[in-house]
Amino acid sequence: MDGFFSTTPGIALIMAAQSLLVIGFVMISLLFLVYGDRKIWAAVQMRRGPNVVGAFGLLQTVADALKYVVKEVVVPAGADKPVFMLAPLTSFVLAMVAWAVIPFNDTWVLADLNIAILYVFAISSLEVYGVIMGGWASNSKYPFLGSLRSAAQMISYEVSIGLIIIGVIITTGSMNFGDIVRAQDGDLGLFNWYWLPHLPMVFLFFISTLAETNRPPFDLPEAESELVAGYQVEYSSTPFLLFMAGEYIAIFLMCALISLLFFGGWLSPIPGLPDGAFWMILKMSFFFFLFAMVKAITPRYRYDQLMRLGWKVFLPMSLAWVVIVSFLAKFELFGGAYARWAIGG
Amino acid sequence: MHIADFTFYTFAIILVTAALFVVVARNPVHSVLWLILCFIQAAGFFVLLGAEFVAFLLVIVYVGAVAVLFLFVVMMLDVDFAELKAEMAKYVPLAGLIGVVLMMQLVLAFGTWEFSAGVEARLASPTPPLDEVHNTQALGLLLYDQYFLLFQLSGLILLVAMIGAILLTLRHRQDIKRQDVIAQMMRDPAKAMELKDVKPGQGL
Repeated sequence: MDGFFSTTPGIALIMAAQSLLVIGFVMISLLFLVYGDRKIWAAVQMRRGPNVVGAFGLLQTVADALKYVVKEVVVPAGADKPVFMLAPLTSFVLAMVAWAVIPFNDTWVLADLNIAILYVFAISSLEVYGVIMGGWASNSKYPFLGSLRSAAQMISYEVSIGLIIIGVIITTGSMNFGDIVRAQDGDLGLFNWYWLPHLPMVFLFFISTLAETNRPPFDLPEAESELVAGYQVEYSSTPFLLFMAGEYIAIFLMCALISLLFFGGWLSPIPGLPDGAFWMILKMSFFFFLFAMVKAITPRYRYDQLMRLGWKVFLPMSLAWVVIVSFLAKFELFGGAYARWAIGG
Repeated sequence: MHIADFTFYTFAIILVTAALFVVVARNPVHSVLWLILCFIQAAGFFVLLGAEFVAFLLVIVYVGAVAVLFLFVVMMLDVDFAELKAEMAKYVPLAGLIGVVLMMQLVLAFGTWEFSAGVEARLASPTPPLDEVHNTQALGLLLYDQYFLLFQLSGLILLVAMIGAILLTLRHRQDIKRQDVIAQMMRDPAKAMELKDVKPGQGL
């Protein structure tokens, strides 16, 4: 039996099983994330939120998903059918494949790429296609306007996300998530993590991910007061479910990214406590909580303000930060806090 | 067949098919989508070659940015493409001629192509040993150490091109209202709004 698992089909089988495990984890988290999102939102607005299906309404998302699946798929008469169906698939599949390089614990990762960050960045830059294709294929004004807004917004904020990531890469000297997290390990626990040396960028990154995932206050692509529901207007049933699931998975991915890049991934915040996947999941949940809170308490941005913020505030700031970090890393200032590759941390 | 060969041929077949559909697709948006598929397959080739950094750069730059702009422009064109296609039939002989000429030139060029002595040594000399460093690192060392000046110069050329494009399209319109962001942010909330404590059941 040992022999079989070192042959090509055996390895393929193991990989398939591991992939299924990750997909299962993400999908099950998705169920409770949507529930949690609605509950947090409801709590802020002093409502009860979903509380009927299952204990405390925990199974509400399952019921909703079932409802979506059994409904009829309505394709508009003027729609471009292949592209119309391809759009939600793209959106969902791309959100899913990015998880291949996300480690949950030391070496607990499907594909240990040495350019993992670049992979995630590439996938998230592709995610805009689901939105554009959906908006165009619907052959309708509101979805089209929504998709144009979304595309412009996602490209704008990707630039600053990329530059912020470069700062982290310079500090680590590697693009591998494992190396990035291990570089944050140290005697000081949570004060060794990158949030301290990269403090201003943590906020910029968080806000940029909000814009990148079309979350409030940057949910202009689906601003219901102007565009009904943006690129999703014409979608119903399972295709809509795929869009929504893709959106939430992308959000959860961004939570994982923030935890890995700035908050030490699976490392424990207090020195002495054991590290592990528990911390990673806790941190991801915490950042999802922040995402939900932002959704609940902030009003929507105006579109010109959004673009101004992206290009005239975030881009210069993150660009300047790359220069500053390069300088600090080159001369190993602050005890090498910006040059972890040099101090062997 | 080795698994790498299988992957190569899969990528190659999809690439060529997609490239064909770029040309024959009736709808230009479909053409762009096929083009995106081409780019992704080409990135697959780079991965097979072990140049994963270049592969992902291709995806990020071409698929993630350039093709999005293509798609933007093509989607917003309001042209009757069926008519345009019919018009295009007139130019097929000319296109064929250009194709044949290009093909002939390529054949001529490759027919007399020969490497000068020692070119392989020169090509390999500045490359760091690939079994010691990742290709990201190798590329960085080459660009920032060996070819630093050329790299900076190409950056400058791009900067000039960018400034040129901005200069050509920038025009200051006097007849529109503009937002003064600083003035908006400096507004005093106390002067801009009035808070009322509304008692339930009474109204204002």
